[in-house]
Amino acid sequence: MHTFAQTRTDTGTFAKQPVSLYTPVDHDTTNTGGYSPHALRIDEIDLVSSYYIQNGDHSPVTGGIGTQHVIDFSNGLNLNLVWLNQANNKNTLMLGVGYDHHTSASAGYVALNGGSKTGGTRLYPSIDWTVENSKTGNTFGIGAYYSGEYNYKSKEADVHWSVKTDDKNGEFGVKLQAYLDKVTMILPSEFVVAPSVTTIPPGTTVVTTASGQTVVLSSGGQVISNSKSSLPTSERNTFTAALSYTQQINSRLQISILGDVVGQNGYLGLPFHRVYFNTGKDTIEKLPSSRFKLPIGARMNYFLGDNIILRAYYRYYMDSWGIRSNTASLEIPYKVTPFFSISPFYRYYDQTAARYFAPYEVHSPTDEFYTSNYEYSNFRSGFYGIGFRVAPPTGVFGWQNLHDLEIRYGHYSQTTDLVSDVVSLSLGFK
Amino acid sequence: MIKQKVKIAAGLLLLIATSSCVHLKEYQKSRLNDSEMALTNRKVEKNELNFQSYEEAASGANAGKTGGGCGCN
Repeated sequence: MHTFAQTRTDTGTFAKQPVSLYTPVDHDTTNTGGYSPHALRIDEIDLVSSYYIQNGDHSPVTGGIGTQHVIDFSNGLNLNLVWLNQANNKNTLMLGVGYDHHTSASAGYVALNGGSKTGGTRLYPSIDWTVENSKTGNTFGIGAYYSGEYNYKSKEADVHWSVKTDDKNGEFGVKLQAYLDKVTMILPSEFVVAPSVTTIPPGTTVVTTASGQTVVLSSGGQVISNSKSSLPTSERNTFTAALSYTQQINSRLQISILGDVVGQNGYLGLPFHRVYFNTGKDTIEKLPSSRFKLPIGARMNYFLGDNIILRAYYRYYMDSWGIRSNTASLEIPYKVTPFFSISPFYRYYDQTAARYFAPYEVHSPTDEFYTSNYEYSNFRSGFYGIGFRVAPPTGVFGWQNLHDLEIRYGHYSQTTDLVSDVVSLSLGFK
Repeated sequence: MIKQKVKIAAGLLLLIATSSCVHLKEYQKSRLNDSEMALTNRKVEKNELNFQSYEEAASGANAGKTGGGCGCN
């Protein structure tokens, strides 16, 4: 009987000659050179790409009615560099960059005539440094992240650490994060103030738009100068304390308990989300300027027999806007060989509505807060699919540097009639 | 009612699991160290989690991100 357990590659061992980018100066004159475990080396390069397509009929841009067709192509690249310091503690520097491009049909309807830009890109670099104590296994690290798209900028900084139990079978982890975001106030076209035009002799015209852009025109209509657009922005801050405890129960079972405490403040809506009142008039969604979230979850992984694994997850979520939610998922990887697995999965999700949500033309103008974004509605969703993972010791397709390949497809559907499909590819290089 | 039962069952399972911990030597951890047994999200799931956080109100407690990025579609 074969046991199909495939031990993770221990990144702390140095059996192979590393790809060295930098070798520190060796002060030990007795050392004749050659391999140094302290050299900075590339431990792993990960590439993850996804293609996502979505359809629905409840876009918040058009007040809870209208197309939600979205296509998104996401790509992320992570580079992990490792080295040992003088105390033989393992240092890991993770450099990441992500690039997404999407087209969103509803974005066109920021302008009433559907003529707004429907495409957009997002660029998000990240960096993280972690040091692991060679004796205790405890870790400490800091990280930073930036995300930029035409109407939303986000900066993040975090500090994280973990402490192992004396027997090394348990680990307590903490991550403190702060996101400082800026929302560009792009309004639906009917709320944009018409540009003011001033004629200054002799014959020049100054046009100032609602966004603050100033264009100076000659008498013949030619552009003399054009100041950079300066749409106003609003701030959104998110502070998170993420706690986790992981415990190995026996030789087949391990669990983790996860809990986040999240506080948000600032502008928490989006300026181009319309709400249509029961009077037929429209306005922009209005949400409270603070939100408190409390998600609590647990994972349980169990090695059943010799080639089946159960990966289970449950989360209960509550927040100060009145939303309560349950998430449960089960994935069952089946190891066809020790290096090839097939993983069907199913995820169930439900949530109650936020107290500020109402559909199209249901809100009253006397309501204090209002949104018709179906993200805050009462619904259930299901997500199912299958994944394949190949990680042979000789490399995927015999290519030694490509140590693992994963492909995963999922179909998602909500009771709001939103449906989506996503296919993802992950490549891991050593 | 069903939800309550599920929560109680999950709690009991957790209690049973944690009360029967055994001290494991390194050589007893070959199954636990299997790459499929990692108590984290898969790398290939990263973008799925982003889409879910944009279309659903709940997020967090899954070692994913809890802020940043508009998801304005």
